[in-house]
Amino acid sequence: MTNSKFTAGVIPEMQRKYIHKLASQGTRVDGRNFDEIRKLTITKGYIPRAEGSALVNLGDTRVLVGVKIEPGTPFPDTPNMGILTTNAELAPLASPTFEPGPPGEEAIELARVVDRGIREGHAVDLEKLVIEEGEKVWVVFIDIHVLDYDGNLFDAAGYGALAALTNAIVPASRYELGDDFSLPVQHYPVPVTFAKIGNWIVADPNLDEESIASARLTVTTSEEGHINAMQKGLCGTFTYEEVQKVINMSMNIGAKVREIILGDSNVKED
Amino acid sequence: MGMKSDIKLIDDNGLRIDGRLPNQLRPIKMEVGILKRADGSAFVEWGGNKIIAAVYGPNEAYPKHVQEADKAIVRARYNMAPFSVDERKRPGPDRRAVELSKVISEALESVIFVEKYPRTSIDVYIEVLQADAGTRVAGITAASLALADAGIPMRDLIVGCAAGKVDDVVVLDLNKEEDNFGQADVPMAIMPRTKEIALLQMDGDMTYEELTTAMEMAMDAAKKIHEMQVEALKRKYIKEVDEDD
Repeated sequence: MTNSKFTAGVIPEMQRKYIHKLASQGTRVDGRNFDEIRKLTITKGYIPRAEGSALVNLGDTRVLVGVKIEPGTPFPDTPNMGILTTNAELAPLASPTFEPGPPGEEAIELARVVDRGIREGHAVDLEKLVIEEGEKVWVVFIDIHVLDYDGNLFDAAGYGALAALTNAIVPASRYELGDDFSLPVQHYPVPVTFAKIGNWIVADPNLDEESIASARLTVTTSEEGHINAMQKGLCGTFTYEEVQKVINMSMNIGAKVREIILGDSNVKED
Repeated sequence: MGMKSDIKLIDDNGLRIDGRLPNQLRPIKMEVGILKRADGSAFVEWGGNKIIAAVYGPNEAYPKHVQEADKAIVRARYNMAPFSVDERKRPGPDRRAVELSKVISEALESVIFVEKYPRTSIDVYIEVLQADAGTRVAGITAASLALADAGIPMRDLIVGCAAGKVDDVVVLDLNKEEDNFGQADVPMAIMPRTKEIALLQMDGDMTYEELTTAMEMAMDAAKKIHEMQVEALKRKYIKEVDEDD
């Protein structure tokens, strides 16, 4: 997912030196501060055919998330809860390094990290999605479609998933199960991802930064300032102090991102 | 995580359902070099977990396009036996196993001197024979021993350990019930010498204080587990030297 066959070897080494040099001067390839994320715009309801949707632009990374909702059978161990399932597709149009075919480990990790934030943060009140206890519940499908990959898919997909859930309508009337109603969203867990570059830590890495990062850490926090999910990636390491710092930065940045996700400034298309 | 239940996980004396204190590990047994064919192997019994790890390599990486010109690739495969859990698990990797294999590979690579073996692969197979919560961290602990047994040079003997939260108490090393009905789980892999964190995941709901307490608890326990690893390696290798005399 990081190094393309065409840039492996010499170019990453030059890139590494360049990005390290910038970091030592306190700046980044696109001029951001270390704790600054790229411009985030979210268009809710982009796909009216879907029950909920959001198009996310995080810098040049573009992800479309759609939510479909249909009746299904509950899991035997949770007869009084609806079902949430998350899937991610790295469409080949998004990057020369993405290939067609069944989801690889990157797509699976992406879907599972987004899922973990939404699930453990109890974003959706699944107990309100029961049609008939033990027999029939609403199944919420979150599908993440990556359209343009310029780094940090975890956050773009996480913001898109939350935004799509907040504007989703349960299509009860379509199945003659009463009136349509808004999907009950009760919490707003927001992921923020950081990359370790040399001894520096930067928020929302773009593709250049991601391709030379030694380690990555995603921390999902709630509006109450609790931590709901974490995922470390890549083969570098973090110290305990770095993890503490990352968690604190994630809470600060997450609060600002939450306002954007919940804001009314988004384009609503009917 | 977070399944609702009326089970009380911490009793009035502050003890857990298996009688442990909050910062107490389950019993752990380790044995090195238990497979004949593998280049390195280890068996770890950790509470009710029974896990074998085997290492093959470094061998020429195959297929060729996965080779890296300047380093070895580390491929860990985490696999659960169909009979390892209450309800039979369908054989083969599910999405969880794919994710765990990825993060375990990355964690192990962080400790191996991969730059010494360009164009090779180091394959690590982790087989969960019986699962009892904390399989990934027990698997990493076993893999670390198997890598040492295979003679692969490493910066440190990596240790897996988890902490979490049950009934609002931060506890070390969750068991099955605590994993199912608890409030949070924080699996980690730690380099005991430098205290670097090579694997870190978390799910559930924790405050900053609870999370940092849990991480400190796991890092403390990592020292004890590391001592057990060293003892297990000595048991194998010191015995072999004696037999040669």
